[in-house]
Amino acid sequence: MQRDPNLYDYWPYRDRPKIVWPGGKKLAFWVAPNIEFYEFDPPKNPSRTPWARPNPDIVPYSLRDYGNRVGHWRLMEVMDECGVRGSVSLSVAMLDHHPEIIAACVERNWELFSHGIYNTRYSYGMSEEQERAVIEDSIRSIEQATGQRIRGYLAPALTHTEKTMDLLAEYGFWYTCDLFQDDQPQPIKVKSGRLISMPYSLEVNDTITYGTYMQSPRAYADVLKRHFDQLLAEGAESGTVMCIPLHAYQVGQPHRIGPFRDALRYITGHRDEIWITTAREIAEFHLANYYDQTLADIARRGLARPGTGFAPAA
Amino acid sequence: MPLPDDYLAYPYRRRGPDHDRYDASPYRDRAALALPDGIKLGLWVTVLIEFFPLNPSGKPFKAPGAMQTPYPDLRHFTTRDYGNRVGVYRILKVLSALGIGATFAVQGAVAERYPTLIRDIQSDGHEICAHGRDTDSLHYSGLDPEVERRYIADTLAAIETVTGVRPAGWISPARAEGFDTPDRLAEAGIRWVGDWAHDALPTAFRTKAGPMTTLPLSNELDDWQILIDYKRPETEWELQVGDAAALLRAEADRFGPQVLSLVVRPYVMGQPYRIGNFRKSLEIALAQPDCRPVSAAALAAARP
Repeated sequence: MQRDPNLYDYWPYRDRPKIVWPGGKKLAFWVAPNIEFYEFDPPKNPSRTPWARPNPDIVPYSLRDYGNRVGHWRLMEVMDECGVRGSVSLSVAMLDHHPEIIAACVERNWELFSHGIYNTRYSYGMSEEQERAVIEDSIRSIEQATGQRIRGYLAPALTHTEKTMDLLAEYGFWYTCDLFQDDQPQPIKVKSGRLISMPYSLEVNDTITYGTYMQSPRAYADVLKRHFDQLLAEGAESGTVMCIPLHAYQVGQPHRIGPFRDALRYITGHRDEIWITTAREIAEFHLANYYDQTLADIARRGLARPGTGFAPAA
Repeated sequence: MPLPDDYLAYPYRRRGPDHDRYDASPYRDRAALALPDGIKLGLWVTVLIEFFPLNPSGKPFKAPGAMQTPYPDLRHFTTRDYGNRVGVYRILKVLSALGIGATFAVQGAVAERYPTLIRDIQSDGHEICAHGRDTDSLHYSGLDPEVERRYIADTLAAIETVTGVRPAGWISPARAEGFDTPDRLAEAGIRWVGDWAHDALPTAFRTKAGPMTTLPLSNELDDWQILIDYKRPETEWELQVGDAAALLRAEADRFGPQVLSLVVRPYVMGQPYRIGNFRKSLEIALAQPDCRPVSAAALAAARP
């Protein structure tokens, strides 16, 4: 076990070279609806029990199904109104369980990326072959169903192995949403290829707000606005990314969707200053224009450390 | 099986605390704190700069903020690292904008890993104290005395290597001490400690290696307690700081200068949606008449 994952180098926020997003925009804004499937009777993983109560834990299970029956439709309506395309964190088995939701995403030209097969199948204890199988299934299944070659990953239930990032890079992924060290993308130290960390969020994520911080819907809207205002102000100097990760079974509840809509209207009311886009487009632009600049700045400051993720020094 | 007879023996049943570190001393009866320049309310901001290993032992307990999920918990490792990369620079910017000199409590592992950060803190004019080795090198009574001495020596050396200054003050990781920790800190030349929460003012503290000062580092006006443990919204942080500032300022007219201690972590208070509330809370405090920032060194020197 490593004390430090060594997946990226230390890169202090002060005095970084500036990122300017397409159209001279200061902030790249994306929304990540998590379109997930949690199993009724998932198999055991020695490292984590899926549900708090013995299977079947019907309330939390069926609450998630509320998202797939009700919540996503409410959330899509709000996003349509505000002109925001989703970058979907997809439990790939949703292609089989609820093709009607996938069709609605494709119809809206939303991006899909993999969030594992089921959110109740954890990466802990997987062999390299098993983890490869999950990644290959993700690429193949989404491509067959929608024609999209996925470029992003958020590990199922945020569970990883030491090999996850190297495998993503090897399979031609452009970005990972699994790392929370920054408000700007950064090159990840992988054995082959090029992979960047895409700012996602565990701070302005509805399931953290409601499930961990236990805030009210109006407090969540207030957090989103303050978060946006700060990152927009900083973006003039640095070029920032803001993501709102969502779970329709949470934010799509009738007492929560209204304040969320207000916040999204507020944010998207700044269209002239922000790039409303998808994670894929942010990654493509960053890789083409700022990947090398970032590495050069880290090297210039003398902060580049040897080795790659979980393989610190040769 | 009943409890042994000595369960009802009370060897420390006496006036004052049941240890010898300090005596009873009602705060209203003391000589006034000797803060310089007519300061009536000293605003003491403390920023904790911590390292959370990905593979913690969790002994003898898990420090607040330590890894939570099975290895590798990239989620919590990177969330904490956000503070030392991004959040801390937001905090530094607010402190500079308001002309506040703060105390940065730095862990030895951060000084070794991120000397750039420590130099930035130093060049912004802030005071640096020691905060132990890392959040998984906790001080407790079962710890081998030589290991504890090494934790202390390594921490002080790591910070001195980067700053050129040996820290005079100490806050233990997770504010945890064993029975003998203060003696070992004093042996190592530490002159003030911020672990204990027993008083509103700097006080004297006995150790086997001579007298030390304890500073009133708040355990309550602390971002972890209010925002994470109590799960209060950021607006309440502002309100609670404002209420404390008003109360302490009024007490200062009756009992002499008082101290408003605020404790923040970059990975908590340095979040984009919180930094504005942090700034506002400092502005509210500084709006009290004769409220000014104070350093730990000034507080320790002001003990009558």
